[in-house]
Amino acid sequence: MPDIRDFHAYPDEHGRFGRFGGSYVAETLMAPLAELTEAYLRLREDPAFIAELDRDLTNYVGRPSPVYFAERLTKHVGGARILLKREDLNHTGAHKINNTVGQALVARHMGKTRIIAETGAGQHGVASATVAARLGLKCVVYMGAVDIERQKINVYRMKLLGAEVVPVTSGSKTLKDALNEAMRDWVTHVADTFYIIGTVAGPHPYPLMVRDFNAIVGREARAQLLEQYGRLPDALTACVGGGSNAMGLFHAFLNDRAVRIVGAEAAGLGLASGHHAASLAAGRPGVLHGNRTYVLCDDDGQITETHSISAGLDYPGVGPEHAFLKDAGRAEYVGVTDDEALEAFHLLCRTEGILPALESSHAVAQAIKLAREYPKDGLVLCNLSGRGDKDVHTIAAREGVEV
Amino acid sequence: MNRIDRRFAALKAAGRTGLIPFVTAGDPSPEHAVALMHALVGAGADLIELGVPFSDPMADGPVIQHASERAIAAGVGLADVLGWVAQFRQQDPDTPVVLMGYLNPVEIHGYVRFAQEAVQAGVDGALLVDCPLEESAVLAPLREAGLKQILLAAPTTAPERLAHLCKAAEGFLYYVSFAGITGAARLSTTDIAARVADIRSHASAPVAVGFGVRDAESAKAIAGFADAVVIGSALVERLAGATSAAEIAQRVQAFLAPIRTALDAR
Ligand SMILES: Cc1ncc(COP(=O)(O)O)c(C=O)c1O
Repeated sequence: MPDIRDFHAYPDEHGRFGRFGGSYVAETLMAPLAELTEAYLRLREDPAFIAELDRDLTNYVGRPSPVYFAERLTKHVGGARILLKREDLNHTGAHKINNTVGQALVARHMGKTRIIAETGAGQHGVASATVAARLGLKCVVYMGAVDIERQKINVYRMKLLGAEVVPVTSGSKTLKDALNEAMRDWVTHVADTFYIIGTVAGPHPYPLMVRDFNAIVGREARAQLLEQYGRLPDALTACVGGGSNAMGLFHAFLNDRAVRIVGAEAAGLGLASGHHAASLAAGRPGVLHGNRTYVLCDDDGQITETHSISAGLDYPGVGPEHAFLKDAGRAEYVGVTDDEALEAFHLLCRTEGILPALESSHAVAQAIKLAREYPKDGLVLCNLSGRGDKDVHTIAAREGVEV
Repeated sequence: MNRIDRRFAALKAAGRTGLIPFVTAGDPSPEHAVALMHALVGAGADLIELGVPFSDPMADGPVIQHASERAIAAGVGLADVLGWVAQFRQQDPDTPVVLMGYLNPVEIHGYVRFAQEAVQAGVDGALLVDCPLEESAVLAPLREAGLKQILLAAPTTAPERLAHLCKAAEGFLYYVSFAGITGAARLSTTDIAARVADIRSHASAPVAVGFGVRDAESAKAIAGFADAVVIGSALVERLAGATSAAEIAQRVQAFLAPIRTALDAR
């Protein structure tokens, strides 16, 4: 890997982050992707669009989200100061809304009247249904039948918001299959339909566009740290499913070489068990869902089924920019098990009165590990990507409690 | 000359429309995969499209998705598919075979290794659905080994791009008859005819039309302007559940024979 001067120079015009990314889709989608790329690259530079987006982020999403010093958690751990970027306080309860607000505006500018989305945990589905309701657009959400079962509350939320939730019963009946099905819908309805992908994966321009819309997280946090602490953090961490909240936090810091960047993937029952969703830590380069990236697959190239206690991390691929950052040595990717995430979940509830999403609990667990590596005056910044209300049933069931 | 070029030249000389059945390799039964290929030829196939099963067939409808799932569950992988083609070649040196599938199995197998093994097995071309022209640099080892890179054109393909695709086309150009997934049925022959005429103004390669051709009637309508018709989902659906070689051959014959007759009656 050549020495990289400017991490903000990626992707190139073909959507490539080094050897990762690109547009690996069937011919029928090449034209709609070109149309989207052209529209997005234009809007991205358009001051009126930027002002419109800023207004929505402020007045509808509730930005900026605070950076919170988790003092009791820090004391409990006994290491560096742990700071939480509170994306859980956003409207709809996660970082996902940053992206859907942005893409919905793009959809409206392109004159599309129908929104489709895939969802795993249901957070992106809810965030898509939310913006569709607000703009008066029809919304169809594809969700794996297995995920529908474990995220019932979010399914109902989507329905309340006026979306149609379509169960996906092909393949492993989870997030990856929902993405396949949404792509099939898009290819069949290209004229009026806008596909809001929920993470930094998919074909170009999605990894770029979703990263841009979430990069507000890192931009805010960087300024907040400089203002409140007069310096940058020693380390950053975020959970990585497809990688949107992580890319959102990391991007503003990529050229700050002294800042260590660590992504926490779902190690499920442990990396050695084979039951996990750690594409970067345990996968290999391949092609999935329109881009070249690290994937979990067998020697025949079949994508393997993943396991994580959190539906939002249960994905066998990962955004291509993360694959690039891993190979460039700019970011490290490590596994956090179900048990470690649960322990962090309870610890954050009891020390800080914050109930994190199971996805975000992986980041909290990693932040705790990092805090132990730095002196007490160190700073570890953790993206608290969402709140855990949606997971209460899963946790209760796992702990044998009836609610 | 490659088998594909030879076959299309022969069809043209005879004034016939090519019949290209698609089957998912290893479905309905890995045991009879080679027998199925011979049965296709016996029922009038001019070229065989053999689907390499993939876990995430983004461009396929439910029929081919399920066939793929069944084949994977039966343990079918790329090595099996190449083995079947090699066996098929022992008795059939002439019928062209094109592998159709997705990039990841080939990428994981290794492009150079795949190219060598495929040529050795007697494969003539590869159609990798999720590898558009823009990304096809990775397929250089396939082309160097002599495999034809079959490209798709779609109703959404813009005019300049179409010209580009036509120039790069090898073997034949596969025109996807409507914007959608395999197995859906929304044929508008007048639209397709106009697009195919467009393609012909750029392309020297023969044009095959697929997606949505399900029976003798739809095949015949397409045959008026295409060099070949591709029939996939309707055939795969018909074969599902067949257990013996005899039953497979019988179903293939029953399904393809009327289509062959309709094409030849044109
Ligand atoms: C709260 C929360 N965090 C993280 C994720 C994982 O997605 P990503 O890696 O794209 O941030 C999800 C996905 O549903 C989520 O709901």
